[in-house]
Amino acid sequence: MFLSMEHLNKTYPGGKVAVEDFNLEVEKGEFVCFIGTSGSGKTTTMRMINRMLQQTSGTIKINGKDISQMDPVKLRRKIGYVIQNIGLMPHMTIRQNITLVPKLLKWPQDKMNERAKRMIKLVDLPEEFLDRYPSELSGGQQQRIGVVRALAADQDIILMDEPYGALDPITRESLQDLIKDLQERLGKTIIFVTHDMDEALTLATKIVVMDSGKIMQVATPDEILRHPANEFVENLIGKDRLIQARPSITTVGQVMLKNVAAITPDKLLKEALKMMHDRRVDSLLVTDDGGTLKGYIDIEDIDYNFKTATSVGDVMHEDVFYVKSDSLVRDTVERILKRGFKNIPVVDNDHKLVGIVTRAALVDIVYDALWGDEDKKDDSEDTKTSAAAADQGGDAK
Amino acid sequence: MMHFLSVYGLSLLGKTWQHIYISGISLGLGTIVAVPLGIALTRTKRTASIVISIASMLQTIPALALLAFMIPLFGIGAKPAIIALFIYSLLPILRNTYIGMNDVDPTLKDAAKGMGMTGWQSIIKVEVPLAAPVIMSGIRLSATYVIAWAALASYIGAGGLGDFIFNGLNLYRSDLILGGSIPVIILALLVDWVLGKVETALTPQTTEG
Repeated sequence: MFLSMEHLNKTYPGGKVAVEDFNLEVEKGEFVCFIGTSGSGKTTTMRMINRMLQQTSGTIKINGKDISQMDPVKLRRKIGYVIQNIGLMPHMTIRQNITLVPKLLKWPQDKMNERAKRMIKLVDLPEEFLDRYPSELSGGQQQRIGVVRALAADQDIILMDEPYGALDPITRESLQDLIKDLQERLGKTIIFVTHDMDEALTLATKIVVMDSGKIMQVATPDEILRHPANEFVENLIGKDRLIQARPSITTVGQVMLKNVAAITPDKLLKEALKMMHDRRVDSLLVTDDGGTLKGYIDIEDIDYNFKTATSVGDVMHEDVFYVKSDSLVRDTVERILKRGFKNIPVVDNDHKLVGIVTRAALVDIVYDALWGDEDKKDDSEDTKTSAAAADQGGDAK
Repeated sequence: MMHFLSVYGLSLLGKTWQHIYISGISLGLGTIVAVPLGIALTRTKRTASIVISIASMLQTIPALALLAFMIPLFGIGAKPAIIALFIYSLLPILRNTYIGMNDVDPTLKDAAKGMGMTGWQSIIKVEVPLAAPVIMSGIRLSATYVIAWAALASYIGAGGLGDFIFNGLNLYRSDLILGGSIPVIILALLVDWVLGKVETALTPQTTEG
């Protein structure tokens, strides 16, 4: 494990518990977002990684080595550090700022110059900026420099403490793209503290939700949207985002009907007809004894072949269209609708029949996605109108 | 005026040199002691308030009383005067150093530490350069005080331009009083102007131009 944090606790003098039994394993190249409200302990936890804060108990290991055994100064030179207020040195040029850590590591001047040029190219800023001072750059440009300053000495881990909190939304978005791209391209491991769920969902490969010093949930963005661990996480994500996310993350398995009429190929057509009649359906799915989907048979097939054939297996269609239960509705709904089938069989990964999707269920999904929000709006307008009516009534008196 | 200069010109030069010598050494010593002390105090906040109150207390002792107080300890002449003026020079420099260092944006100190600067590197490369203008204005303030009060040092036999002033007072000769006071004022203004230039030079550059 690249970075592991075990049973971390942080209690401030006076008994205030900032972090409680924090456990996390981070692989190399992961983009981990710590998210929570203020006072949730996310920044405190992050600052323990480069020993800006000392944990009360617990261990942090990088590449298996306990960081409390390392020289904190040397440790920090190996860990990139980006803070919300950017923290560029105002009395140093951009070049000096970028090469601050390399200089501490006593790199030769040529190597530092070459690195400064490469770094500024990395964030799409012109080379002339190297000799400017931070106050001559815009906030967004300054934070770009803040980001490469944390990369310039080949740091493998980058800690970022709400780095974009003070930037306007457009600048923030472009910097999010930049860091995501850099992270993927350079294979850096990033620990990113934020209180913005959109930011976490966009950037993270792993989200750590914290509240009052405790971990609420550790999961991928998809998982968190699909299965928020508790009410706190749900609230943090927000109802709007959950509703929006539903059509995109709902799987076929979640909307299918599970009670399916199926028949085995060895059954007689007579039995098939009886089954259709009993269940009031015009077609049946055919599965073998193990439940594996083989095909389908409908009433016309039985009608045409009743005299010549005897068993279901003789007349069934084998070219049955089906969908997998774990595929996303978003990806399948269009295909299903285009084909014009009434019912689509759903199979699991072993090709076993597990359910069907009816067109009625699909209509519900499409309806929710398109009109769900507007329904609510209509409701609130209704109440407004009635309230207005009541007002008028009052005036009349 | 010309008459005064022709009579006292040579002695005026000598006294002016003595004056510069006394104030220069006191201010130099004051700077050497107060700047590092002020920096050290920013690392131990609790001691800081104690030390600064002591320095403020010393500042309230009347200048003449302090000078007189030096005689039993160090005798008469330049030495006791330098010691007394040194004590006076401490507070403005100490306080400005302390304030200047504390006023450096905490995020910059955090960034410096977080990137792996040692405490010493953070002081030398970040905090002192950024606090330099405030520290310098403390030194300027002290310089003005010290030059003015050095005139009193003549009272305990230290020499300097104070000699003219005290002679003038004793003999009711206003030309001697002015002959001593005016050079003191000019000296104070001149030193303040020079140190102002130094302050500008030490103010860190934050733009290209």
